Amino acid sequence: MSTPKIQLIGVKKRFGPKVVLDGVDLTIEPGSSLVVIGGSGTGKSVMIKSVLGIIRPDEGTILVDGEDITHINGAARDRVMKKFGMLFQGGALFDSLPVWENVAFGLIQGRGVTRAKARDIAVEKLAKVGLASDVAYLSPSELSGGMQKRVGLARAIAADPEIIFFDEPTTGLDPIMADVINNLIISTVKDVGATALSITHDMTSARKISDRIAMLYGGKIIWQGPTGEIDRSGNAYVEQFIHGKAEGPIKMAVKA
Amino acid sequence: MNFFAGIGRAVTAVLAHIGSLAVFTGRALAALFSPPIYTRLIFGQMLSIGYYSLPVVGLTAFFTGGVLALQIYLGGNRFGAEAIVPQVVVLGITRELGPVIAGLMIAGRVAAAIAAEIGTMKVTEQIDALTTLATNPLKYLVVPRIVAAVICMPILTAIGDSIGILGGYAVSVYNLGFTGSIYLKNTVDFAHSEDITSGLIKAAVFGFIVALMGCYNGFNSKGGAQGVGNATTNAVVASSILILAADYVLTALLFHK
Repeated sequence: MSTPKIQLIGVKKRFGPKVVLDGVDLTIEPGSSLVVIGGSGTGKSVMIKSVLGIIRPDEGTILVDGEDITHINGAARDRVMKKFGMLFQGGALFDSLPVWENVAFGLIQGRGVTRAKARDIAVEKLAKVGLASDVAYLSPSELSGGMQKRVGLARAIAADPEIIFFDEPTTGLDPIMADVINNLIISTVKDVGATALSITHDMTSARKISDRIAMLYGGKIIWQGPTGEIDRSGNAYVEQFIHGKAEGPIKMAVKA
Repeated sequence: MNFFAGIGRAVTAVLAHIGSLAVFTGRALAALFSPPIYTRLIFGQMLSIGYYSLPVVGLTAFFTGGVLALQIYLGGNRFGAEAIVPQVVVLGITRELGPVIAGLMIAGRVAAAIAAEIGTMKVTEQIDALTTLATNPLKYLVVPRIVAAVICMPILTAIGDSIGILGGYAVSVYNLGFTGSIYLKNTVDFAHSEDITSGLIKAAVFGFIVALMGCYNGFNSKGGAQGVGNATTNAVVASSILILAADYVLTALLFHK
């Protein structure tokens, strides 16, 4: 059996009295695409930020390729981060830099690629996500939401990472653009041969881009399995979530 | 009981804030002395912090020198000491008003801009994005700003000192009837090198304070537009207060007999 690409073992995180992650156990096999679903505020973003070292978990272990990365810093963290690419929910493009420098940022700063060569790679990656070369010289503020997502995707795959994280990749997009982004995610992940971890509450997107789906609720993974089996999960929480019903075991905190 | 609990909470919050600032300063200083050094960004920040601040520092220095000359002349007039205007202007500007006025102007212009820029980057996840691109945000964002501010502030102050003395000269010669050549001779004869260097040392420290407070408040901004607005206000207020406090400490240290 191969070493899992990413493994979370008993990861816990709380902010003051609020327990966000309460012992998350999750395994992602190399080359697979796992989507974690769950409502807003259930800790999906905290979970991936814990893997990326942006947030430090209070307890538990995070392994990447079998290496414990939970508490590593400095050069060791930088080395591990070179395995990752990430598409942020809002794009998180650097508005002080033109589009091509956003895409090439990891190559220039992290890997010492010359600016001229990095620009060529950036234009090539932009073409992969369906953007023309003239976009490369625009500022991120001149782009639509969908185009910003594409640029974010090009940045995520620019250095051919081994692992790509997608944070709510289709949120805020119209259905057609969302499907375009889904197709781009599938094709780019396949091209790069990466392992993908996505978090979303968009079930159409989750079904389309994943091999496996896991559901995060109450700080724990309450169900996981192949995407094709989610409709037969037998879990009342999953059933309520995937059908978007107000009635069920998940109670929303709504004050009249 | 609630009264004491309130005091306790306030004291704890202040101590937590000081601790957080101390940790941030330590991490920023550690980043300062470890590679990579982004020289391209340092030059960019020098342009933004130094060059673009020249007009505001120059104008305020000119009027400060002019007002100082006028006040010393009118005040000195009471006891027949109006002739000491050149000496007091050069001493006041180089030792005190040059660095402090430049520091406060930079606090208003630069600390606010740094806090707003980094705060916006924080709330739009651009700082998280830096981490995912294997780039240390402290080295990429904080170090270039601190280095640029520490280099530029003494240069700005030196220019501000010259313009301030010129302001005093202009008012004295064209308004108060001083002879230009005598005014300049008195200025040059009276000024010691330590008057100028002490002001430049203060300026470097003020530059560090301004950049640090801008970065610290930007990094700790929360929420959306309101959070960034609060970070900007806090950066300007905190750096202005710290500049005046540091000015007292530095004056006591530099001129300790």
